[in-house]
Amino acid sequence: MDDLQAFFEAYQTTIGFIGINAMLALSVWLTLYTGQLTLGNAAFMGIAAYSSALLTMKSGFPFPVALLCGAILAAAVSVPLGATVFRLRGVYLAIATLAFGEVVRVIILAIPITGRGQGLVGIPPKTELWHIFLSLLVIAVVCARLRVSMVGRAWAAIREDEVAASSQGIPVHRYKLAAFVLGALIAGWAGGLAAHFDFAIGPDEYGFARAVQILVFAVVGGIPNVLGPILGAFLLTALPAALQPLQEYRDIFQGVILVLVIVFLPRGLATLLDLRRTVRLRRVGAEDVA
Amino acid sequence: MADQIYNAIFIGSIYALFALGFTLVFSVLDILNLAHPALFTLGAFAALFAMQQGVPAPLAVVIAFIVCGLAGVVLDRVAFAPLRRRNAPPLSAMISSIGVSLILIRLIQLKYGPDLQAYPAGSLPAAVFPVAGLQLDTLRTVIIALAVILMVALTYLVRRTRLGRELRALAENPRAARLLGIDVDRAIAVTFFLSAGLGGVAGALYGFATNSPYSQMGLNFELKAFAVMVVGGMGSIPGAVLGAYLLSFGEIASLVFLPSELRDAFAFGLLFIVLLVRPRGILGERSADRV
Repeated sequence: MDDLQAFFEAYQTTIGFIGINAMLALSVWLTLYTGQLTLGNAAFMGIAAYSSALLTMKSGFPFPVALLCGAILAAAVSVPLGATVFRLRGVYLAIATLAFGEVVRVIILAIPITGRGQGLVGIPPKTELWHIFLSLLVIAVVCARLRVSMVGRAWAAIREDEVAASSQGIPVHRYKLAAFVLGALIAGWAGGLAAHFDFAIGPDEYGFARAVQILVFAVVGGIPNVLGPILGAFLLTALPAALQPLQEYRDIFQGVILVLVIVFLPRGLATLLDLRRTVRLRRVGAEDVA
Repeated sequence: MADQIYNAIFIGSIYALFALGFTLVFSVLDILNLAHPALFTLGAFAALFAMQQGVPAPLAVVIAFIVCGLAGVVLDRVAFAPLRRRNAPPLSAMISSIGVSLILIRLIQLKYGPDLQAYPAGSLPAAVFPVAGLQLDTLRTVIIALAVILMVALTYLVRRTRLGRELRALAENPRAARLLGIDVDRAIAVTFFLSAGLGGVAGALYGFATNSPYSQMGLNFELKAFAVMVVGGMGSIPGAVLGAYLLSFGEIASLVFLPSELRDAFAFGLLFIVLLVRPRGILGERSADRV
């Protein structure tokens, strides 16, 4: 028991970030599951991180209220953004959301209250590990329930064939927007938790690199189900920490894993979870279904 | 003023060279190759390595072209070819190129560290000559000329040669191209060689001009290149050139008229507006809902 406690204390930061990254991966999973490639979630995370940190630091808001305000602000920004960018598809959508992220970064740098380039320092460390993992649990259950609900079927239908989905009477635009806004809400919640878990935040944390990282968690983990993104975030957060002694070669390991997973498990690590089904399907020659 | 125009032409030429390679792979294979910035960086360091061995600068640029071109072909064999065989979605290719990019950047860091480097003293021309009251330095002027020559050569290659026809056929429809007897694998290898080679030359030239190559130098160009490609039209070669100069002149103008914090906002604001108003870009032919 003491060993376990010592383990948790020693690796508290890593364990916390596994949970936060898993939430972020789920936030982008929603749009990926709908077949839309968006890279705006890092910016939503940043919007919520800054606004909730400012609320607790400067206005003395209670922590949960500040968290909620941050997440709602992120979601509120995502509504007009989503309504305009979902006219685009594929890489165009990805680039448009990426551009939005860069604009957010520049705005953060231009407003004095955000501390500009120095960022915010001295954020009260209010986030406990159980906050993170309770949130993750709730979010994961909600996503899993959504996946098998009518909404989830509609998302899957849009992913497979947008025209067919629309001719079945699915309001495509509205469902895409729903996935996007819900993703922004989750990313915002995770951003608020992350800001109060760390002592400081800075504008560069929410840029292109973070957006890509979130996407990588989800895709390496796998899009078919909810466990994939969580697994991807776990592996890609825990591994660099475990490789701390080999820090110089860490990126190389991570790069090799990315390539290997994508080449050999194109549907992500989650495919490993139903390996038996895969083998069975392959035997009857339905390789592509697996 | 004239000074700033000269500078805009220079930066625009580097943007154009960078974006050309990026856009070439996208137009032929529909892949967004996120390892392109790493190849750009590799170009600067391949030239650095060669010049530390005493190779003169012009030859070092050629070496950067060849080294990066070969690296591009290897990149394709490792990260993209297996995905192509299984008809994976374009998203997978993007992710595996991120993997290769991580590896490449770290390998460069293992050899040279994360800090700014410098080319051997005296290996780059430092002369300055006056033209119509402007102080032009030899290095930048040669770089601009070389960039323009490469742009023209690439356009000629794609528009007028047999190889270019093969590439365009491949871009249109890979299966039909194969049926018509085009050696698709060779055409793809050539695409990657040219794309990565151009990226490498851009990196070497930019490294020369700043004389401070470092391992993260490609990142900023990656985001700018998205703006260049979208503004000009995704996959369009003349579009990339036009977009590059539009962006560089716009940036210089915004530097004059706007507060300096907003410099980067220009590129992304422009990108955003073009995507909303005319998503296929100025010279783009395809509609934007193609993946």
